[in-house]
Amino acid sequence: MTGPRSKLILLSSLLAVLVVVPLLFPSAFHLRVAALVWINAIAALGLALVMGLAGQVSLGHAGFMGIGAYATALGPRHFGLDPLLSMALGVIGAAVLALLVGRPILRLKGHYLAVATLGLGILVHLVLVSEVAITGGPDGIQVPRLVVAGWRVVGPEVWYWITGVCLILATWIALNLEDSSTGRALRALHDSEIAASVVGVDVARHKLLVFVLAAVYAAIAGGLLALLNRFVTPDVASFLRSIELVTMVVIGGMGSMMGAIVGAALLTVLPQALTFFHEYEHAVLGLLIILFMVFLRQGIVPGLLSLFARWRSA
Amino acid sequence: MAEFLQLLFAGLTIGAVYALVALGFTLIFQASEVINFAQGEFVMLGGMVTVFAYKAGVPLPLAALFAVALAVVVGVALQRLAIEPAKGASVVAIIIVTIGASILIRGIAQIVFDKQFHALPAFSGDEPIRLLGAAILPQSLWVLFGAAVIVLGLRLFMERTLFGAAVRATAANRLAAELVGIDTRRVLAFAFAVSAAIGAIGGILVTPITLTSYAVGTLLALKGFAAAMLGGIGSPVGAVLGGLLLGLLESFAAGWISSTYKDAVAFIVILLVLFVLPQGLFGRRAIERV
Repeated sequence: MTGPRSKLILLSSLLAVLVVVPLLFPSAFHLRVAALVWINAIAALGLALVMGLAGQVSLGHAGFMGIGAYATALGPRHFGLDPLLSMALGVIGAAVLALLVGRPILRLKGHYLAVATLGLGILVHLVLVSEVAITGGPDGIQVPRLVVAGWRVVGPEVWYWITGVCLILATWIALNLEDSSTGRALRALHDSEIAASVVGVDVARHKLLVFVLAAVYAAIAGGLLALLNRFVTPDVASFLRSIELVTMVVIGGMGSMMGAIVGAALLTVLPQALTFFHEYEHAVLGLLIILFMVFLRQGIVPGLLSLFARWRSA
Repeated sequence: MAEFLQLLFAGLTIGAVYALVALGFTLIFQASEVINFAQGEFVMLGGMVTVFAYKAGVPLPLAALFAVALAVVVGVALQRLAIEPAKGASVVAIIIVTIGASILIRGIAQIVFDKQFHALPAFSGDEPIRLLGAAILPQSLWVLFGAAVIVLGLRLFMERTLFGAAVRATAANRLAAELVGIDTRRVLAFAFAVSAAIGAIGGILVTPITLTSYAVGTLLALKGFAAAMLGGIGSPVGAVLGGLLLGLLESFAAGWISSTYKDAVAFIVILLVLFVLPQGLFGRRAIERV
């Protein structure tokens, strides 16, 4: 739960990090990795709303990322659209899909919800891999350079700031939602759907709302990723990507917006740091997931916060 | 008619493997309410370990035995080192633990073995059996026969032995089972061991037909899970029928509609089932207490 003060603290510390990182790590490589962190954090934030706030699970969230990314790539190629317009259409597409499938899916609970969202994500991935004539298949597809009003948007530094500002906006919206009557309704249905509906919360509508919002976040992240890399492959929508997103939320601390960002940073930077033993990447990721779930189940941010609280009261 | 029979047998063969994976899911779910997403990795281990032991010169039956034993060790280790310490965590958290375990096992397999596809020789030759114009691989019969033996054997064990009764009691009510003196920790370890063994045997039987690699586990786990859902999770009979049905649907969809989207069938089916019939074909409606 965030009051206006802690909301301000969180946003301003995020801004501070955004300003400090380029001072400490000015190389193009580091800025690119940081931009990837911001992008993943946007997707993870959306998922944190679904998982942490509303207590629902989505194991197919990378599917929405894939829709955003591929819309950005395919619009200019097949219809000659502007990449930014294509991305917007992709975001709308993801929202509509979430709206259509969310209604029946979100009636399900626990394992059933997990497998339904998982199936959805895998279907998106399969379409991206199989429709070779449209999507370029497993080899992926080029994304045209973004040009806004004659300005060619290039360079890691530019994308660092674009994605960073997007993340701050996304965080601000997520924090406001958490704090609004919708946020309270979502927390209520997280604790008990029946109790929430008894006190007048429209459970189905609120679950759908947060699911659609998360899909929008993921699609925006996907679009940004496509523009940054100027290349997309179906991997962006794969099952493993969905799991990575879920892991970001869980490791950072479910129910904490800050946690989602920390989790995204950890899971994005770690593989980059581990590239020299690339072979072990999966094994390490799997081991980390288990260790975190066993030893630090609340996640990093809530775990540290409770440590801090204990230290202060001692 | 020939084509129909051909697709029917192909579907039953792959369906038998899905049924075994689904049965493994069901066994663990009954004993512990855990959905084990690492189930597919047991199938992978069965195939891969046998392949590499066989290549190293170990006779095939011994290699297979070794693979099953190794899968059992991994299964019990998974339960003891990852699932048990996470006891009391939410459904989502435990799902994530098992997914983590699945990625870990796959990551290690990728390092220890390699990233290539591997085959095993068929157990009794590659000469197809002709039946009304359709050609059936002898290995398909091995898969079907093996699956049938496992399903019946497990059923007999559950119904006729004392330990089987203990497993059923734990599944029905863990606390009550503990109160009457059942060592539920042993029951849980047993459930993981048996479902690892079932998965590994499935992997060994099917490798001569479908080949294997370090990465086959994920899709098999997801499809096996879909099969278990289709049958109604927690019902062994449902798991087997769900697996066979899924295999048939996949085979006929590949033959008559589109082979590109063969892998999509499982997930479309599962979404439809969940929308229309959330408790599966053979599952009982769960009653939620408030």
